[in-house]
Amino acid sequence: MSTVKLTVNGKAVSVEVEDRTLLVHLLRDHLNLTGTHVGCDTSQCGACVVHIDGRSVKSCTVLAAQAAGANVTTIEGIAKGDELHPMQAAFRDNHGLQCGYCTPGMIMSAIDIVHRHGGELDEATVREELEGNICRCTGYHNIVKAVLDAAGRMKVAQAAE
Amino acid sequence: MYQTTYHRASSVDEAAALFAKGSEAKFLAGGHTLLPVMKQRLASPSDVIDIGKIKDLIGVQLSGDTLVIKAATTYYDIMTNADVQKAIPAISYLTSVLGDPAVRHRGTIGGSIANNDPAADFPAALISLGATVKTNKRAITADDFFKGLFTTALEDGEIITEVAFPVPEKAGYAKMRHPASRFALTGVFVTKTKGGDVRVAATGASQSGVMRVPAIEAALKSNWSASAIDGVTVSASGLLSDIHGSSDYRANLVKVMAQRAVQAAG
Amino acid sequence: MGMEGIGASVVRKEDKRFITGKGRYVDDIKLLGMTYAHFIRSPHAHAKVKSIDSSAAEAMPGVVAVLTGRQIVDDKVGNLICGWAVTSKDGSPMRMGAWPAMAPETVRFVGQAVAVVIAESKNLARDAAEAVVVEYEELPAVADMPSALKPGAPQLHPEAPGNVVYDWHIGDEAAVNAAFSKAANVVSLELTNNRLAPNAMEPRAAIADYDAAEEHFTLYTTSQNPHVARLVLSAFYNIAPEHKLRVIAPDVGGGFGSKIFIYPEEMVALWASKKVGRPVKWTGDRTEAFLTDAHGRDHISKAEMAFDADNKILGLRVKTHANFGAYMSLFSSSVPTYLYATLLSGQYNIPAIYAEVMGVYTNTTPVDAYRGAGRPEASYLLERLVETAARQLKVDPAELRRKNFITQFPHQTPVIMAYDTGDFNASLDAAMKAIDYAGFPARKAAAKAQGKLRGIGLSCYIEACGIAPSKAVGSLGAGVGLWESAEIRVNPVGTIEVLTGSHSHGQGHETTFCQLIAERLGVPISQVSIVHGDTDKVQFGMGTYGSRSAAVGLTAILKAMEKVEAKAKKIAAHALEASEGDIIIENGEFKVTGTDKSIALPMVALAAYTAHNLPDGMEPGLKESAFYDPTNFTFPAGTYICELEVDQATGKTSFVNFVAADDFGRLINPMIVEGQVHGGLVQGIGQALLEHAVYDSNGQPVTASFMDYAMPRADDVPSFKLSHTTTLCPGNPLGVKGCGEAGAIGASAAVINAITDAIGNNKLEMPATPDRVWHAIHGNA
Repeated sequence: MSTVKLTVNGKAVSVEVEDRTLLVHLLRDHLNLTGTHVGCDTSQCGACVVHIDGRSVKSCTVLAAQAAGANVTTIEGIAKGDELHPMQAAFRDNHGLQCGYCTPGMIMSAIDIVHRHGGELDEATVREELEGNICRCTGYHNIVKAVLDAAGRMKVAQAAE
Repeated sequence: MYQTTYHRASSVDEAAALFAKGSEAKFLAGGHTLLPVMKQRLASPSDVIDIGKIKDLIGVQLSGDTLVIKAATTYYDIMTNADVQKAIPAISYLTSVLGDPAVRHRGTIGGSIANNDPAADFPAALISLGATVKTNKRAITADDFFKGLFTTALEDGEIITEVAFPVPEKAGYAKMRHPASRFALTGVFVTKTKGGDVRVAATGASQSGVMRVPAIEAALKSNWSASAIDGVTVSASGLLSDIHGSSDYRANLVKVMAQRAVQAAG
Repeated sequence: MGMEGIGASVVRKEDKRFITGKGRYVDDIKLLGMTYAHFIRSPHAHAKVKSIDSSAAEAMPGVVAVLTGRQIVDDKVGNLICGWAVTSKDGSPMRMGAWPAMAPETVRFVGQAVAVVIAESKNLARDAAEAVVVEYEELPAVADMPSALKPGAPQLHPEAPGNVVYDWHIGDEAAVNAAFSKAANVVSLELTNNRLAPNAMEPRAAIADYDAAEEHFTLYTTSQNPHVARLVLSAFYNIAPEHKLRVIAPDVGGGFGSKIFIYPEEMVALWASKKVGRPVKWTGDRTEAFLTDAHGRDHISKAEMAFDADNKILGLRVKTHANFGAYMSLFSSSVPTYLYATLLSGQYNIPAIYAEVMGVYTNTTPVDAYRGAGRPEASYLLERLVETAARQLKVDPAELRRKNFITQFPHQTPVIMAYDTGDFNASLDAAMKAIDYAGFPARKAAAKAQGKLRGIGLSCYIEACGIAPSKAVGSLGAGVGLWESAEIRVNPVGTIEVLTGSHSHGQGHETTFCQLIAERLGVPISQVSIVHGDTDKVQFGMGTYGSRSAAVGLTAILKAMEKVEAKAKKIAAHALEASEGDIIIENGEFKVTGTDKSIALPMVALAAYTAHNLPDGMEPGLKESAFYDPTNFTFPAGTYICELEVDQATGKTSFVNFVAADDFGRLINPMIVEGQVHGGLVQGIGQALLEHAVYDSNGQPVTASFMDYAMPRADDVPSFKLSHTTTLCPGNPLGVKGCGEAGAIGASAAVINAITDAIGNNKLEMPATPDRVWHAIHGNA
């Protein structure tokens, strides 16, 4: 057992976990942040994507202890109070989700994509960049639409700041 | 996964000392090779020594004709590094088709080559470019480093510190992705060295891991062009065969990917 | 239509919780004192369980119990059932081998559970599972149908000699023989419909909680139909009487058929929670999903079509072998029979059809309904056959189809189904226009000039949804009625709760069902909530599958709504001192037509509950329920056209364009309908290009993770151009047909027809991997 100290969604937390604990289980089982999901065992589906120090990572392939000292952001931490993150709003407005299971990971990956590419996104790039997130419901069509829509909204939001 | 004890090392020496203390320790940098195996309970290290945050192991340096990528540098940082893009853009491209964005944020070059997965991308780059692997003990040429499936020249407790790539005249990489795993169904890295030598390495194709392709090297040596490979026959013997690619298909891919890599190299 | 009424693309009410991480799936739930289950599964495809030694495991820290198959059989938990009896040609009943929830004696597929460890944590349960020593005696296995049917093949079940479950047929064999004997041309095709793993992104999970004082169980489970689960667990598995068993299916992360069935893990969790006296949670991992979720498809067929000299179809003859895996799953028997062969007429006027279907046991994971369930297999076979015919007869594939389309409705096919309505020319025209079919030859030539192989492929599908008239399916062997129920509660302040037996696991019922209420009453959907997925809240229901929730579930809501409106009108008329017949409902108000007198819904509701001034003899309250049994299936139909290019050097396919023109009758929420089509299309494309659940010759699964089973990703598939043509379904008052499965039913034939067109070789099986396509191009397949 070790004490892991890290910042999650802006709050400092300290959790006692077995060393074999994965970050996703620290979030789900110890912090009750169950928005981050597990959909596979092989680091492929992306349902578990969170941000560590601003970069998208698969929290099923990171030991909780590796994240000690880091800044972790989950799906629960991106809205500002009642105001949805533009990516969340775009997923809703474009019907970019159905069962919702892959959605948190999709949204966290998509925010990272827009951050890295700025406004220079096109459909082909979004499809390539979503390689690490599997959705079984939507056929990706509306997810791609949502990401492109959000890229525009985030650019506007950034310009306004 | 099984119980294990996690250590975070702040220097290479500390990592080596921690390793010596553990009964069956393993190094971990990004964790994207080791953790999936541990999750499947196919590895049960007593101790996991995190070398991913050792400052001396992170970064890229271009000095003269040598590009040095330190072992714990992530794929993403390699992909976006200006020196890499300038000196060996084929490496930047290779990292852009390796894994997915989240994997690239964590996975490291050292972790990839230490594992030597027969379908990993980086071993092909190292072999083709004639790179040298440096460890905390010695320097090993890529040709000597990769020893077949999941096997390398690394000794117990030896830590890869960096990989030094001679800057080539031209290099290119082309990959047909495995439709499920997204590793290389077959990937080919081609290099024309500044000395005029040609080295071609294929990954994902051979049953014994990354391999040189002498017939294509010979063809390219006399004529560096995709069409020079037209007449080459790659034997299917000894190549992998599975539901995603039969050995004769992979043999075809070695040739086609080599041609595309040459086109990419210019 | 109002802003939120029928036909409006209202954004989904349920989305807020999903996009903020507040969805509540089974694995998100924690109960006090919860323990965790880990199953010990057979590594062999066929073996005797000689012994199980759990003593070392039981002594490990945190282990609560180790329970075995012998114990669950001794405790008289029932064997798993198959709920649809199919009778063979010779009149004999289907031959079912016994399927206990954990195997006491014999395992018949890799992954079948033999024991379970219950421990204080998931990791401890898994640690201990490794200390349980199971001794097996391996038996020879059969991994595929040809091996299973060979004389002398290893036998799975003594009840099923020759590994044959049934040998069934449908249609008029003599009429078909006569048609073939006068045919000018006969076209034949052999084809495989590849086995698929459903792979809902949320792995199956269950939490069972036994209350000893009340002798009551609660089961949280990943189910598409919690009431059916309770019925089966109660009536057949002897878990508990229905009033002592509550089944809750909270947010469920996709189903696609795979979460219809009641699996061994839920049964074991319930039984174990009573045994250990604590809640038991099981959450499957992805590999367990590959090993134990019922697979889909897996047919091998031979088909022949007879044409007259004018290229009119005279007859169709089909012989299919359907793989059931090692056991008969809940609805498996119906899938390759009544959900498959009854659709073999497609969109065509075929005077005579004869189909034979042999169901076969193999040492593989059980096979059951997966998105489309039988209809994709029928559609793929027929659309490949018609395309092949067009090529052989050297006629345009669109024209050959058009020539044979059914144009008069109702139309009785020779295989049970009576199509109520449709306009197949309209959807074909719409799709051809959308893809500029006429311009294709020029595009193909232009591509050829650049060294590219371009192809186009059509698929004109029809399917049967909204299963079904209970009497009809009962006469065909179904063990349940397939109606739906609904209850509408208008609360005293005028808010509305709709209780439905349908279950939403991505379909958006929480929005679309509200839209019906908004349409009828003119109230905002924010005043309405949909209650589903809990047997303690909703009286009964058959659940969501077979694209039935709009046609059957929503119609039940409409029926209940009509009763609510009738009573509310009486109350309003009484309050307004008007005649009941003069009351109309508009914008949430009950108005006396032709006057300015009105009363708002909340006042009507309040009057119903205060009961101070109700018409004489009227019961207080405003709550009504209805059971709706459909009169027929519904028949969504449409045309999909795919245009693509094949890289000659690698065999890799890339999409140029993919258009879909569907007739789903009336659309409640076009945005949601289109989302359903997108998802279905990608599952169809996945089947055509990528997906294949494979076993080696010993019955070992080759594809038990996403490392080996190729799931469609965003960069594998195109964006789609969708359009709709409309013939309203006459069978239900809303005129809806169902849209959930169409994409998965129609897409795969369009893709394979396009690839085979591009490469000029009609011999190509699914999945058309680059390897297979490359071999087909180079003629050494």
